[in-house]
Amino acid sequence: MADPTSHAKTRAPAPALAPTLTPPLDPPLTPPLTPPLDPPLDPAPGPRAAPRPGRRAFLESTAALAGGLVLGFWLPPGGTRVAQAQSAPTPFAPNAFLRIAPDGTVTVMCNKSEMGQGVYTAFAMLVAEELEADWSKIRVEAAPNDAKLYGHPQFGMQFTGGSMSVTSEWDRLRQAGAAAREMLVSAAARTWGVARSACRAENGAVLGPDGKRLGYGELAAAAGRLEVPKEVALKPPSAFRVIGKPTKRVDSRDKVTGRAQFGLDVRREGMLTALVARPPAFGATVKDFRADKVEGIPGVRAVVKIPQGVAVVASSFWAAKQGRDALEVEWDTSAADLVSTAAQRARFAELAKTPGLPAKRAGDADKALAGAAKQLAAEYDVPYLAHAPMEPLNVVVALEPDGCEVWTGTQMQTGDAAAIARLTGIAPERIRIHTTLLGGGFGRRASSSADFVVEALYVAHAVSRGTNKALVRVVWTREDDIRGGYYRPQWHSRIAAGLDAAGMPVAWKHTVVGQSILDGTPFAGMIKDGVDATSVEGAADLPYAVPNVAVDLHSPKVGVPVLWWRSVGHSHTAFVVESFVDELAHAAGRDPVAYRRALLAAHPRHLAVLELAAEKAGWGKPLPKGSARGVAVHESFGSRVAQVAEVTVEGGRVRVTRVVCAVDCGLPVNPDGIRAQMESAIAYGLSAALHGAITLKDGRVEQSNFHDYPVLRLSEMPAVEVHIVPSTDRPTGVGEPGTPPIAPAVANAVFAATGKRLRALPLRVA
Amino acid sequence: MAILVINDERISTNLPEDTPLLWFLRDHLGLTGTKFGCGMALCGACTVHVDGEPVRSCITPIGSVAGKDVTTIEGLSKTGEHQVQQAWLAEDVPQCGYCQSGMIMAAAALLAKTPKPTDRDIDGAMDGLICRCGTYNRIRRAIHTAAAMTPAPAAPAAPAPRSAAPGKPAASSPRSAPTAAPRKGG
Repeated sequence: MADPTSHAKTRAPAPALAPTLTPPLDPPLTPPLTPPLDPPLDPAPGPRAAPRPGRRAFLESTAALAGGLVLGFWLPPGGTRVAQAQSAPTPFAPNAFLRIAPDGTVTVMCNKSEMGQGVYTAFAMLVAEELEADWSKIRVEAAPNDAKLYGHPQFGMQFTGGSMSVTSEWDRLRQAGAAAREMLVSAAARTWGVARSACRAENGAVLGPDGKRLGYGELAAAAGRLEVPKEVALKPPSAFRVIGKPTKRVDSRDKVTGRAQFGLDVRREGMLTALVARPPAFGATVKDFRADKVEGIPGVRAVVKIPQGVAVVASSFWAAKQGRDALEVEWDTSAADLVSTAAQRARFAELAKTPGLPAKRAGDADKALAGAAKQLAAEYDVPYLAHAPMEPLNVVVALEPDGCEVWTGTQMQTGDAAAIARLTGIAPERIRIHTTLLGGGFGRRASSSADFVVEALYVAHAVSRGTNKALVRVVWTREDDIRGGYYRPQWHSRIAAGLDAAGMPVAWKHTVVGQSILDGTPFAGMIKDGVDATSVEGAADLPYAVPNVAVDLHSPKVGVPVLWWRSVGHSHTAFVVESFVDELAHAAGRDPVAYRRALLAAHPRHLAVLELAAEKAGWGKPLPKGSARGVAVHESFGSRVAQVAEVTVEGGRVRVTRVVCAVDCGLPVNPDGIRAQMESAIAYGLSAALHGAITLKDGRVEQSNFHDYPVLRLSEMPAVEVHIVPSTDRPTGVGEPGTPPIAPAVANAVFAATGKRLRALPLRVA
Repeated sequence: MAILVINDERISTNLPEDTPLLWFLRDHLGLTGTKFGCGMALCGACTVHVDGEPVRSCITPIGSVAGKDVTTIEGLSKTGEHQVQQAWLAEDVPQCGYCQSGMIMAAAALLAKTPKPTDRDIDGAMDGLICRCGTYNRIRRAIHTAAAMTPAPAAPAAPAPRSAAPGKPAASSPRSAPTAAPRKGG
């Protein structure tokens, strides 16, 4: 039978560079290189080949083949729009977001990674709305990596995160659709020799006088020769036909038939597969390794040392897996951070007793606290968390002496490409990143250090044996994923409040302790006066009317790599703030909803979702014994979400039976997508609230797979009702804002049901 | 040399018999619709049918399925018209979609045996499968929707077991032992 990888069995000859190599198992070809200050990987770059056709030429040829319309915009920062559309063979404008083929197919180039959040569908809707497209003819493709064309309008980088895809492309994509529509209408008017005003666009065609009709495909070539209108007036929300309508996903059919292409499904002729043995403790390095037991394993082609560990390279995953299992590595742990979770918690708690850097100051919290009629204090803890997307990390690297192609499900195209350029010296325009569908991202695939792409690059380079020519994919197992770091940080909070005689807060003092996500990354410049805003988001912007507030931050350095995890800082601050407000309400003898209502007068949107969720949940209505409701409201990524959770506590087990969620995310683009994201964010947050914890002992991660890092399962999924606040404001985040409120809503419900205040996640009643 | 019957096609291989079915399907046959999620039968992303039974292909050696009918998501229906796939589209279940092949195969196997499943039946059949996007409520709804449809006449979801005698394939247990281990700090 055809083995798609069998033709890769010829080993490259051992180069002169490494004369001591013993085939087929090789020690490293080059001394380990340590990012980020490496020389180019190529030890002796020869003369570069003539530049290959770049992105623009690629688009050109693609469209030339299609003979259709490519429309692009380039928006210089703060400047006027320069836009043009041209048919082949003249050069195309950069930044093409849509193209129309002669058969009328509209292809939307999506500059954001589809990881389940529904961005392909939402972006298609934005374009289709103004284009007056025939929805059945819309296709979506992942845009190539090109920050100039596809970068964030303000930040410049091409990435997907911060729940900002729709809000950041809200104008640009609608403009792209509107300008194309105007050009198609003009083309039709010219074709017919009638006034433009006598023509209108509808459902993928232009209609003219006397029943004239031309489809967009028929008009594409003519439209492509016209000037792009400088400025097109966009529809008011009242005229929307597509935006605001519950719309089915454009990618569902491929996903129910197994045709959808994730990174792990990429197959290239001659591709080898590598698994990497990584250190047992973060910061440990390879002292020595023995590969003699690997030698006899069929399919294994090489064992190579890289800075991150030792890679076993084989013709298939299973061969590589068996090879890695047989590999013996001796690790040098002298530089490892031998973290233990309990000790770290104690260390953080001590640190929290000392003043940190000011993240927020209003009034005089210490003085007000001392003079308060009643004082409350508490400590809260949350653990490290792995993102655990269903698709383990994987990267295909095709390394050439003068170019590099990568196929992977990444959320961080610009960062990945920059890392490749830095390490290899390859010109940026010759680095191509093919973004596949992502089998979940949740932040793990937005690696600020490009860790998984860089590692794969090292493997490819080592495999190339000095030729700088290799085609290899690196696959992570679930164990690699769970133990591989880049976790949501472990956080400790020390919090105190002072109440006046009426029970209302007059002082709020919150000290947050945990690792900075930005520190030591290319994003470190975002740290202001020592304060990483992502550590205290959701805490430093306390919405409740408290006159004296102090929020302090300690950012201890720990050798465990950390990263943004769905909702980032809000994933811990909402738990602390919303639980503690509940504690205050209880101390004041007030109903939790009424207490919050009294403190949110200045935040009508918070108030609106709170009232909506409470009303729909039947707040205050009796529940069976052992069951109770809890509430939380939180703003993140520009959106306000309130959730009421109903829980039943039986035999020490918390069962969440129903969640009522109210969300204000500005104008709802795809209401069904928003519902799906709220359901998803609640499930993701419940995994953390009920189950999730990465713990370390002497630097070693104690979990490895879904048996000891359990996540929410179907039987635990509560009924979820989502209520969307009508709005015509600019859309705000949807992917993450549903996660922060669920843990505190559940914890508050547990308190209401049992009288037990749980101040650590995951929640443990017994 | 083992002979396997995959999506009605006879395929011979001289790979070692302990090669997991999952990697034979993916790396050697290019049937990438069946997914790798955990490698330990803990997540169900790799679920296929062996003689109609849902099986975790990641821990199923190819030697153990020689001569048996293996159906993957690619073979569930020719064009995605199986009632479960139709119901999945009707409820717009997928998000990232990575787990959905396994979910659909598990649901199809459930409905073949239990045409009108209760919520408890669904819990039993589906609790061994993980969706990190949390599409569980839509999965449940879609299974009920599929149950309400007339099964497609040619649906290969429920081939009659060839023999009543053999025990269930080793990998058919929806949750394997490690899940039952006491949770840390629990």
